[in-house]
Amino acid sequence: MPKKEIAGVSVDVNEEDYLTDSSQWNREIAIAIAKGEGIAILNDFHWQVIDFLQKDFEEKGTLPTIRRMNKAGGISTKELYEYFPDGPLKKASKIAGLPKPQSCV
Amino acid sequence: MKKIVILGAGTAGTMMANHLARKINHREWSITIVDEHRSHYYQPGFLLLPFGFYSEKDVVRNKADFIPGRVEFLMEKVELIDPRNNRIQLLNGKKLDYHILIVATGAKIVPDEIEGLEDSWHRDIFDFYTIEGAKKLREKLANWEGGKMVVHLAEMPIKCPVAPLEFTFLSDWFLKKKGLRDQVDLTYVTPLSGAFTKQICSDVLGHLLVEKNINLVTDFSIERVDSQRKQMVSYDEKKVDYDLLVTVPTNMGDPLIKRSGMGDDLNFIPTDKHTLQSKQHENIFVLGDAADVPTSKAGSVAHFQAEVLTGNIMNFMKGKAFQHSSDGHANCFIESGDGKAFLIDFNYDIEPVQGRFPFPILGPFSLLKETRINHLGKLAFRWMYWNLLLRGRPMPGITTHMTKAGKKLSSLNKEYTHA
Repeated sequence: MPKKEIAGVSVDVNEEDYLTDSSQWNREIAIAIAKGEGIAILNDFHWQVIDFLQKDFEEKGTLPTIRRMNKAGGISTKELYEYFPDGPLKKASKIAGLPKPQSCV
Repeated sequence: MKKIVILGAGTAGTMMANHLARKINHREWSITIVDEHRSHYYQPGFLLLPFGFYSEKDVVRNKADFIPGRVEFLMEKVELIDPRNNRIQLLNGKKLDYHILIVATGAKIVPDEIEGLEDSWHRDIFDFYTIEGAKKLREKLANWEGGKMVVHLAEMPIKCPVAPLEFTFLSDWFLKKKGLRDQVDLTYVTPLSGAFTKQICSDVLGHLLVEKNINLVTDFSIERVDSQRKQMVSYDEKKVDYDLLVTVPTNMGDPLIKRSGMGDDLNFIPTDKHTLQSKQHENIFVLGDAADVPTSKAGSVAHFQAEVLTGNIMNFMKGKAFQHSSDGHANCFIESGDGKAFLIDFNYDIEPVQGRFPFPILGPFSLLKETRINHLGKLAFRWMYWNLLLRGRPMPGITTHMTKAGKKLSSLNKEYTHA
């Protein structure tokens, strides 16, 4: 499994640089990944999204959908697209140290 | 006499009734299964019906014919589940008490979750997840003269996650056979980041879209449909034009689950993914599409779960610890058009890989590889469904838990599967 140095820490990643061990995640790593995704600064909204994704993933074993982030997490979908442009779920999950949203193939 | 009640006589509930009827002590326990509908549909057939592979009579049977004699079948609508009193309220006013409840009420499409979708429903916009949708789509395709055809899924999770992609491949084949392919601009639209989201599937199968000249739109989260302009619009204002839209709308659990206050935001019931026990009520178990467990919503999953759950319910009746664990095992034939199909086999922890199935070396089916025999396997599966699977009889070579024999596992890295 490939390793990569992010924010000065060597972490396990997959071929698309998603963390494969979420226990290696920390806030500095999130900030560094966000920069790579074109998000210069993580604001309160970004952190609210990251916290919800991590909490929900822990509980359910899967990433929430954009609908669930709205209904269960109170996260506005329009804002989600504004702050995580071009595929908010795949970007936010990467920053949160979680897997990419997937199908079975 | 103690009572087991099963809600839903679809694939999952029917299999469960058959398994339990063979195992329980009928002097101590009775089984009642409740479903408001008379007809059992072979849902995988809805994929093939619009192209004329099957007619309606191939995909429909009477539910009652698959319920064993020692199980009571009530054709009634359920008004409410009352877990605190271990009681089911039927719409006809009667009540059913239970000691063990098995919820197998499935998932269905909910077109009105997307604004504008219903405005030209079954005119320019079709589904193939219902018998009505599949039949109307068959009529439309028979008379269609070409234009922009868009195959779309709204959001995960959906039943049979690969079905929209299969539908796209089959459309290409169907249009070629009709001599109409040159007049059709065929596009696949997904909310995910690709048609294939797993590296190994993308590596092995990614070329299919290019070869078949299918356009791909990714990361498209639909907000609304403008049926006047024949346009889908995403939350970030991207637009996709269509003349014929085949969509898989949002899938949700039964409204009964919502009425009973037992579901999540999509009416799926929080369920332990290994034991299949409800997380909220210890004498309630959840099987098949109704559960929120992180694997595909598919008949094969329900089939393997039913075997696990039968063991756990026998443990529960005797007051023992659960001895059986679901691994999220699924296997599916996937139509790739032109008379070929591929096959995938995976579980919670192991992703689809290449190899032979169900028997190492002998196969006869090939995993993650396009072959004609896989396509014949998909067609033959209908017989297996009606005659073996629903009746809870063993299928040759198919095991409850995923086996590693005959598979190339070396390239794997462990990741979680979303739906």
